[in-house]
Amino acid sequence: MTARVGVVTFPGSLDDRDAMRAVRIAGAEPVPLWHAEADLKGVDAVVLPGGFSYGDYLRCGAIARFAPVMGELVPAARSGALPVLGICNGFQILCESRLLPGALTRNRSLHFVNRPQRLRVESGATAWTARYTPGEEITVVLKSGEGRYTADAATLDALEASGRVVVRYSGGAPNGSDRDIAGVANEHGNVVGLMPHPEHAVEALTGPSEDGLGFFTSVLAHLAGSVPVGAD
Amino acid sequence: MSHTRAMDTVAHAETTPDTPQPYAELGMADDEYARVRRILGRRPTAAELAIYSVMWSEHCSYKSSKVHLKRFGETAPESDALLVGMGENAGVVDVGEGRAVTFKIESHNHPSYVEPHQGAATGVGGIVRDILTMGARPIAVMDALRFGPADAPDTRRVLPGVVSGISFYGNCLGLPNIGGELGFGAGYAANPLVNALCVGVMRHEDIKLAQAPGPGNKVVLFGATTGPDGIGGASVLASATFDDQSQAKRPSVQVGDPFLEKLLIECSLELFAEDLVVGIQDLGAAGVSCATTELAAGGTGGMRIELDRVPLRDSTLTPEEILMSESQERMMAVVEPAKLEAFLAACAKWNIEAAVIGEVTEVSPEEAERGGRLRMTWHGETIVDLPPRTAADEGPVYERPYARPAEQDALQADTPDRLDRPKDAAALREQLLSVLAAPGVCDPTWVTQQYDSYVMGNTVLGAPADGGMVRIAEDSDRGIALATDGNGRFTRLDPYTGTRAAYAEAYRNVAATGARPIAVTNCLNFGSPEDPGVMWQFAESTRGLAEACRDMGTPVTGGNVSFYNQTGHSAIDPTPVIGVLGVIGDVHDRLTSAFRAADDGAALYLLGETRAELGGSAWAGTVHGHLGGLPPRVDLEAERALGEVLASAAEYGVAAAAHDLSDGGLAVALAESALRGGAGCSVRLEGGVEGAFTALFSESTARAVVAVRPDAEDAFRELCSRNGVPAAAIGTVGGTAVAVAYEGGGFEIPVDELRRAHTATLPEIFDAE
Repeated sequence: MTARVGVVTFPGSLDDRDAMRAVRIAGAEPVPLWHAEADLKGVDAVVLPGGFSYGDYLRCGAIARFAPVMGELVPAARSGALPVLGICNGFQILCESRLLPGALTRNRSLHFVNRPQRLRVESGATAWTARYTPGEEITVVLKSGEGRYTADAATLDALEASGRVVVRYSGGAPNGSDRDIAGVANEHGNVVGLMPHPEHAVEALTGPSEDGLGFFTSVLAHLAGSVPVGAD
Repeated sequence: MSHTRAMDTVAHAETTPDTPQPYAELGMADDEYARVRRILGRRPTAAELAIYSVMWSEHCSYKSSKVHLKRFGETAPESDALLVGMGENAGVVDVGEGRAVTFKIESHNHPSYVEPHQGAATGVGGIVRDILTMGARPIAVMDALRFGPADAPDTRRVLPGVVSGISFYGNCLGLPNIGGELGFGAGYAANPLVNALCVGVMRHEDIKLAQAPGPGNKVVLFGATTGPDGIGGASVLASATFDDQSQAKRPSVQVGDPFLEKLLIECSLELFAEDLVVGIQDLGAAGVSCATTELAAGGTGGMRIELDRVPLRDSTLTPEEILMSESQERMMAVVEPAKLEAFLAACAKWNIEAAVIGEVTEVSPEEAERGGRLRMTWHGETIVDLPPRTAADEGPVYERPYARPAEQDALQADTPDRLDRPKDAAALREQLLSVLAAPGVCDPTWVTQQYDSYVMGNTVLGAPADGGMVRIAEDSDRGIALATDGNGRFTRLDPYTGTRAAYAEAYRNVAATGARPIAVTNCLNFGSPEDPGVMWQFAESTRGLAEACRDMGTPVTGGNVSFYNQTGHSAIDPTPVIGVLGVIGDVHDRLTSAFRAADDGAALYLLGETRAELGGSAWAGTVHGHLGGLPPRVDLEAERALGEVLASAAEYGVAAAAHDLSDGGLAVALAESALRGGAGCSVRLEGGVEGAFTALFSESTARAVVAVRPDAEDAFRELCSRNGVPAAAIGTVGGTAVAVAYEGGGFEIPVDELRRAHTATLPEIFDAE
């Protein structure tokens, strides 16, 4: 049976259609989910896409966290059952929801940065990166103004120690992220958030590479039971 | 305060004919005011005066430019592609597969000087609504920018603000920015140019027009509430020259909310898809005044509006202020009563506020003869009763005097012949590097990396490609390419030829992507129309563009005029920015300008004819600070032939890379191609050092450099000769440097050194603390 992967559209979501395309190219069925409906429609996994949910008023992701659709999502994600990928604004929402530690703040340059970005995959032990080899370098798209990952030193140490740093900026973080961290996972490895956009690197025609497709094929393999998950 | 002072009703106006009115303060001339009184047969009420003053402003009425713009229509070529021509919010062209594209470029120059961030942001917002209004989903934006000298103190205020404004608004809307232009020049110091382009796509049957047919239909205002921001903004700011009082105009700049605009786009597209509107208009310059008079004028001619029903964010606004407010993110629709409920439900789904503020009315034959009848009430009292066509369509038209400026001869006589040429290889090398690093030529990444180019997932080519290209839909291989170009230096030297050169360059940029050009938009940026010298530039410029479009079969679909780009008596170099749209059958065939390692050994061909043409060139400007002589000759037949070669080369897959030649000539083109793909090249130029100099820096038009793999060379040469395009084999792709040889000398510049020169300029200026 084809896996069904939900993509949430909040008011102000922008890369929702791109996430759906990536899901489709990976071979799954994309299911649109609407922010105002407290219904995950029985999907097997969820992508929180990039954009400016609710205009990013107050703080990026701070309002989206309270959307009706998050009611069912948060406990399912926290329990380790539901794979959730947060990209860019989706990562910010996961942090605001306390599903992932840390926060995203303004880029050190104070400018929005859009560019092809080299990343080093640090962990293949998550639902979304099992198809990558640790140490593998990939090129996806970075496009954000508030992408500087930050957390206190103890949290960062704990993330590193437990293998929950999933991807790191290669050659230095262009936004000033702590320890060049581009993406992290929760302790179960089912929830992953990252600032760069793998969904914009799934077609050679429109992206800098096809390297991003691995995130989406990984979760399908995970759902098919072929890849066990566990960061430890 | 509106509710405490006596209302200037129509009845009151009839009994008080001698009340002095502030028409001059609103920018109206004595004879214009007199004409309003003649039309109405009485003095206008305060509200009516507000409507006429903004609708008859230069910005809204095109009163100084109309007689010249007529040329675009009169000489328009027959084109099967044109579905909607000039006069609507934006023109529409057929791109095949039952799909149509609408595109337009518009200026937001004056607000962007007063408040760069919001001025530029709302410029993007306005053009996007123009495209949406046609029934299309906006799919990409571009922008053409001009600033004062890059190292001037004020440029460090204006440029970062403009870029952050475009970034803030465009990124939040989720529209990919696929390119544009960045230029610098002394004349733009207090008169920056911010020209924003948007393109949208729709099915043929979904085209919407600004009209209000059907008496009884409801007039609905939806989107943002109306506030005091931007009262008289575009109409006041864009219709006057800056002076010492400019800072006092800050409150006239509108403030944008891109999140609301994003919702407005999605909501409007849903309204269109469910067929819930019969006519629609966005609220831009002149706000409610413009939307009501234009919708009424485009329909039965009759409309009744209850102005007190307009949702306000400031309850103290007077009717005149409501009429003139340029609050952003507002739209006006005409809706059949039976569909009103569904309309309001769609708005509610997207959290969009909507209010019925009036309805379409019948007009008697006598009223129709006068220009229709638009009535507005304020708490039951009639404050407006005027024929809307007189405000929307029948504004003043001026045949402003024009004359070739006396100094034009001296300017053209001061040719670059007197300038010192490089004497040896070391000097050639050094000048190549300095032209490559010049602010108008250098790598614009500092600017373009602040824009999202990937969103929507259809961007095939973005900055710094010659032209931007997007796939028109995810389920199609068809694409459109767009380029904008303008060269104020060329246009200053000869407005007619300079404008044709801008057209030719945009055409060539589109062709260099492999697409075939089909239509044109323009944004004509000039000084004060009250200066006969400026008006001469404008007349020459429009003549040049109209003839070029006629000769090339690419109709002008719409555009925008921005006058009064001057401070005191000092006007900008005339800067018509020309946007050309092309179509490509399969985006996989696109050409890129990058020399890649994989292209090693590919033959380099220089297409077209190189003459010693350095007037207005990047070399003359950068190395000698010189502007004089004549711009390069424009040969449109040669451009067409070159375009045909490039499109065919793309289709047949015989080109590994292609790059048009423009600013900085062959020197800059080779360097850019090397930088974009990382591989170098070796070229051999004819003649000695003088010949190499001309070959490298001349800016002759109708030229491109093409890399051709060895197995395709015969086919490529055949293609060139069939189209009558001169093709000279000048070298090969490969290595890690750009190597130039000529009789008796030569030089090499490693790609890394080119990169340092090309990329350092803007960060050094704009990242400096």
